[in-house]
Amino acid sequence: MRSLKISIQEQDFSIDDECAVMRAVHKDIGALATFTGLVRELDDENSSQQSVSSLYLEHYPGMTEKNLQEIAEEADLRWPILDIVIIHRIGELKVSEQIVFVGVSSMHREAAFAACAFIMDFLKTKAAFWKKSITENQERWVEAKNSDAKATEKWAETKHKR
Amino acid sequence: MATVHYFASIREKLGLSTEQLELPSQVDTVNALVALLIEQHGSSWEEVLKKSSVLVAVNQSVVSFTSPVTNGDEVAFFPPVTGG
Repeated sequence: MRSLKISIQEQDFSIDDECAVMRAVHKDIGALATFTGLVRELDDENSSQQSVSSLYLEHYPGMTEKNLQEIAEEADLRWPILDIVIIHRIGELKVSEQIVFVGVSSMHREAAFAACAFIMDFLKTKAAFWKKSITENQERWVEAKNSDAKATEKWAETKHKR
Repeated sequence: MATVHYFASIREKLGLSTEQLELPSQVDTVNALVALLIEQHGSSWEEVLKKSSVLVAVNQSVVSFTSPVTNGDEVAFFPPVTGG
C-alpha cells in the first residue's frame, strides 16, 4: 500500500473530490472502487414503526483510528492495493446524508473491488463506532447484526495472500 | 490510576462517560475491576457491565475479561460495534 488516509469527522465529504485526489496523485491507477454508506429512512429491524429521522454516530477516539489502520493493513496483505481512503462521519446525520466512504485504488479491478468490500465488512464488525437511530418519538441504539458478522467471517474462508 | 471509559448504550445506562480510579493491588484483572466498579457505584451497574454482550478494551485493544489490568491502563467498556 502506497498511501492510506483515515478521517473521522463531523463534516460531510465529497465523493468527487476524494476520487479526483486519488486519480490526480498517481498515473499508475487502473481501477478505483468506492463505497458510500448513507442514512436510510427505513430501519430493517423497525420497519413497521416510524421512519428514521436521523442517526447519531459515536466512536472511541484513538482506538477507532487504530482499528481502521489494522483493517487497511490486512487488506493490503491480501491484494495489490495502491491507495486507500476511509472516511467515517460522527455526530447527528439526517436521512440521505453520507455516513462512510471507502475508496481503494489498484492497477486492476479485482483487487480494488475485493478490498473495498473487505474493508467495509470489517469496518462494520471491528471498528469502534456505535449508531443510535432517532425517530420522531424514540431513540434506540442499533443492535449488531448477525448478517454483518457472517459477512466478516466469510473472508476467513477466502483468505489468499498475494 | 486507571482511566475507564464507557461508550454508547453503556455510557447512557451508567450516566458516566469516563472516570479515573486507583486500582488496589488485588484488582489485577478486568473481572476484578468490574467487581470493584459494582462495589463503588452500586448494584445497578451489575446488570449493565455483566451483560454477556459487553466488550472490553485495555489500552485500545479488545481483550477478554480475564485479561490483566493495572494502574496506568486505559480500559473501555462498550456494546458490539455498529458503524458503517
